[in-house]
Amino acid sequence: MELFGDTAAWLAEPVRWSLTDPAGVPFRTMQHLWVSLVAILLAVGLAIPPALFLAHHRRAEAAASAVVNLGRAIPSFGLIVLFWLLATRTGWVGTQFWPLVLALTALAMPPVFTNTYTAVRGVDAATVEAARGMGYTEGQVLRQIELPLASPVMLAGVRIAFLQVIATTAIGAIVTNGGGLGRYVVDGFARGAGARHIVLAGALLLAALTLLADVAFTRLERLLVPSGVRDDTALADVANRAGAAG
Amino acid sequence: MSTAVVAQATRPLLEWDWVVRNADWIWAQTLQHLYFTVVAVGFGLLISLGLALVALGYRRTLAPILAFGGVLYTIPSLALFALLVPFTGIGDQVAIIALITYTILILVRNIVAGIEGVPAEVLEAADGMGYRRGRRFLEIELPLALPVIVAGLRIASVTVIGLVTVTALLGRGGLGAFILRGFRTLPPFPSMIVVGTLLSVVLAIVIDVLLLGVERALTPWARRRLPA
Repeated sequence: MELFGDTAAWLAEPVRWSLTDPAGVPFRTMQHLWVSLVAILLAVGLAIPPALFLAHHRRAEAAASAVVNLGRAIPSFGLIVLFWLLATRTGWVGTQFWPLVLALTALAMPPVFTNTYTAVRGVDAATVEAARGMGYTEGQVLRQIELPLASPVMLAGVRIAFLQVIATTAIGAIVTNGGGLGRYVVDGFARGAGARHIVLAGALLLAALTLLADVAFTRLERLLVPSGVRDDTALADVANRAGAAG
Repeated sequence: MSTAVVAQATRPLLEWDWVVRNADWIWAQTLQHLYFTVVAVGFGLLISLGLALVALGYRRTLAPILAFGGVLYTIPSLALFALLVPFTGIGDQVAIIALITYTILILVRNIVAGIEGVPAEVLEAADGMGYRRGRRFLEIELPLALPVIVAGLRIASVTVIGLVTVTALLGRGGLGAFILRGFRTLPPFPSMIVVGTLLSVVLAIVIDVLLLGVERALTPWARRRLPA
């Protein structure tokens, strides 16, 4: 029980909450979110356009599911270390920020890709035909019919990928300085039994960050999803199955 | 100093002679990795079957059970390991308990979805033939739900295999130990990193294919169905 007292005392220290201290919680939280946000935005930008195109034209059916299965099998820790290794050898992107971000992007792309692909493919064919019959161009069908109807499942995919990225950013602390809140856990483990309270505090902060991010994203989904297709639980469930823990 | 940098820059990503020389060690860590996976998914399946039966029997408990599984699933593996250490100490049990928690959401959801997906006519026919509740569950509902349950098992296993690499941080072995060691060696030893990562991917694919085979073997009737 002494451990919990130490953890609370450590968390209560004023320096922990200083806005300028690089070892403080606000700084580490911002770093964590910054790394995660850049990675998820890159993943969304890179995965959604090809997924929309391929699904609209009904192409690459088998390849799309193979991508996900393979993506899920890649261990996040190994991928981060591999990206770091390649970065140290090529010297292209530095060794701290970008190797981690690019590894996270690679891990986030499969769930974003599949959910988008599955969602657009799942749009009722009769609805699409009706739109074509009314004179919609292919671009209009994609933008005004398929995209809004697919949006709940697409966003569920982005949410899963984002939570996975936040979790994996913490693992990045083993390798780089960009690990955000994972830093406390990794450094605490490295310091051994005397730093258990720091490990526990870091873990609590990390868990709080992911759960808050989950809640925040759920709110965002409410704002972004058209009201007519909300609460489509059957589709959202398909989406959830593409997830993977980090 | 400069020679070390040169050595690092030129060291090949995969040195076969290192792999051959250390084949026994690599095999042992692969088995350790597999052991963690099988134990975690096995216990995860038992717990999830129990939770799914509760959820199916008392519909009101389904949402809270899934929410609970969702929270466990959302907590980052690194944080979960760290949260468990004060209670369990550093040992295999931390790794296994943490890994189990990631299987629960996937397995409970798939078991419930699989059993609920059994058509009502089938159940009525079984009732008409005089099946009792327990026998109907074991002989009708469970076999028909098997493809969905095995799909969940495949996702859970592949996810767990990836996460076992993180347990290397706790010094518990598995293929992540190679990744960690290769990274911490000065200069870094690429072969260890590549072997640890690649074998983890290979293990995931092998387990996935094996489970698919198990599903095919256990549901011979599914093959006769016309493709949708």
